[in-house]
Amino acid sequence: MSTPAIRIQGVSKHYGSLKALGGVDLEVGQGEFFGLLGPNGAGKTTLISALSGLVRPDSGTLAIMGHDVVADYRNARRNLGVVPQELVFDPFFSVRELLRIQSGYFGIRSNDDWIDEILASLDLTHKAGANMRMLSGGMKRRVLVAQALVHRPPVIVLDEPTAGVDVELRQGLWQFIRKLNRDGHTIVLTTHYLEEAEALCGRIAMLKAGRIVALDTTANLLRRFATHSLAVRLEHPGRGVELGGSAGEGGWVDFAFDSYTEVEALLARLREAGAGLVEMRLGEPDLERVFVEVMNRA
Amino acid sequence: MPESFSRAAPRIEPMAAESPLAGFRTLLFKEVLRFWKVGFQTVAAPVLNALLFLLIFSHVLDRHVTVYGEVAYTSFLVPGLVMMSVLQNAFANSSSSLIQSKITGNIIFVLLPPLSYREFYAAYVIASTLRGLMVGAGVLAVSAAFVEVPMAHPLWVLGFAVLGGAILGSLGVIAGIWADKFDQLAAFQNFLIMPLTMLSGVFYSIHSLPQFWQDVSHFNPFFFMIDGFRYGFFGQSDTSPWLSLGVVGLCFVLLAALTLAMLARGYKLRS
Repeated sequence: MSTPAIRIQGVSKHYGSLKALGGVDLEVGQGEFFGLLGPNGAGKTTLISALSGLVRPDSGTLAIMGHDVVADYRNARRNLGVVPQELVFDPFFSVRELLRIQSGYFGIRSNDDWIDEILASLDLTHKAGANMRMLSGGMKRRVLVAQALVHRPPVIVLDEPTAGVDVELRQGLWQFIRKLNRDGHTIVLTTHYLEEAEALCGRIAMLKAGRIVALDTTANLLRRFATHSLAVRLEHPGRGVELGGSAGEGGWVDFAFDSYTEVEALLARLREAGAGLVEMRLGEPDLERVFVEVMNRA
Repeated sequence: MPESFSRAAPRIEPMAAESPLAGFRTLLFKEVLRFWKVGFQTVAAPVLNALLFLLIFSHVLDRHVTVYGEVAYTSFLVPGLVMMSVLQNAFANSSSSLIQSKITGNIIFVLLPPLSYREFYAAYVIASTLRGLMVGAGVLAVSAAFVEVPMAHPLWVLGFAVLGGAILGSLGVIAGIWADKFDQLAAFQNFLIMPLTMLSGVFYSIHSLPQFWQDVSHFNPFFFMIDGFRYGFFGQSDTSPWLSLGVVGLCFVLLAALTLAMLARGYKLRS
């Protein structure tokens, strides 16, 4: 069995009386596209910071590609690329200078071929000579991705990379990240856009108050937690609510069910109750419902 | 289901480092490039400031004051101004670089790579010393065009300049890491560095002071930096250059140890 890309064992971190991480255990296999989800303050960024050596855990161990992030930090960091959440940059340098410098920090001083490839892939070639201050927010975000990739790390962590990014750029970014994953890079993603996580991640961990409260493949999570839904607009919504639906706006009532076989019986009961069906639509299970369900149960 | 979880991934290897010191050399290069890109502000302006001091003091005092018996006041003043420039600019370099990086958040780009805390320290301190030496050399070169400045022992001059730059570079690292805002850094500079520099004998020989203040001056390590440096020019000083070298060397060792201990703990950098 190959070494996990990421191995986290019993990691805890407190800031004073605040528990940021409470004994997290997690393994991410090589080549996975892994999602780390949770509400604000759940501990996602603390966990990523512990992986990258920015935060020192109170207890527990973390390893990247088998290299402990404390005892063997040089190899651990060489194997990891992090795209930070904040839009940070060094205003003294151009894009190319910044990438050369970042590459040099990893000990690679002759790296122009790879830098050119990254710039082209992220559509930044024409901005290579521009100072960072001159770039738009979206372009700065792409430079952050380029900086994380400049030493070609096997494991790439993206901490909310699409926050505040327009749709076109977001799609281009995901196309590129998907390609990296196909090429063999392990991707760990945190995002508040749950539809992105659902579409991209093969496996997902959900954090709440510093603990992992759900960990499974995306398909299993959808199967286990999410129910189908039937939304109906009724002439008499109150009768639908009496049958167990939850009232929405404009006469809409939502019903949750586990299998499509229940739809026929439900419609029959509505007809018998004289609810007056005007319009209906079926809803597929989605990660947002799973997320809400998991967070409510935890 | 997204495809990534179900397939065997090809193994990716990170790029190998070209040499064990390549990361350190890059950080040093970046720190030098950072101040060099704004050279008017970081090198030319301090040279001009020092020359203004020289112009004013030489105009007012040159005909009235001599030091060490026959040394003209302007000649005496030049080494003091050179060393003051070395010290202030070495401090400004590391402290401003670090606090700017912390406040803008781009310090993360130095903390994520596989650089050790020793490499971090060495790069910031050497870059600071280089800036101090460049400004000092600029002040000396321009002053020498107008004032006769002997140099009896160049190695002493260089030795004290390098040690002084390294000490203030280390203090700059400490201040840059400790301060959370520019206000705190300004306090460090104005209430500690500036008084210690001004009261160190940049503008006077401590023999011109009352005995009490002469004694107090011996508790100021900056006095030994300036006095030892001046010995390199005139072959004369207020105190033994070997004593100055010992005090300055000890200060450097203690400050380096303190700064390295802070960095090793990750104080305010790695929570």
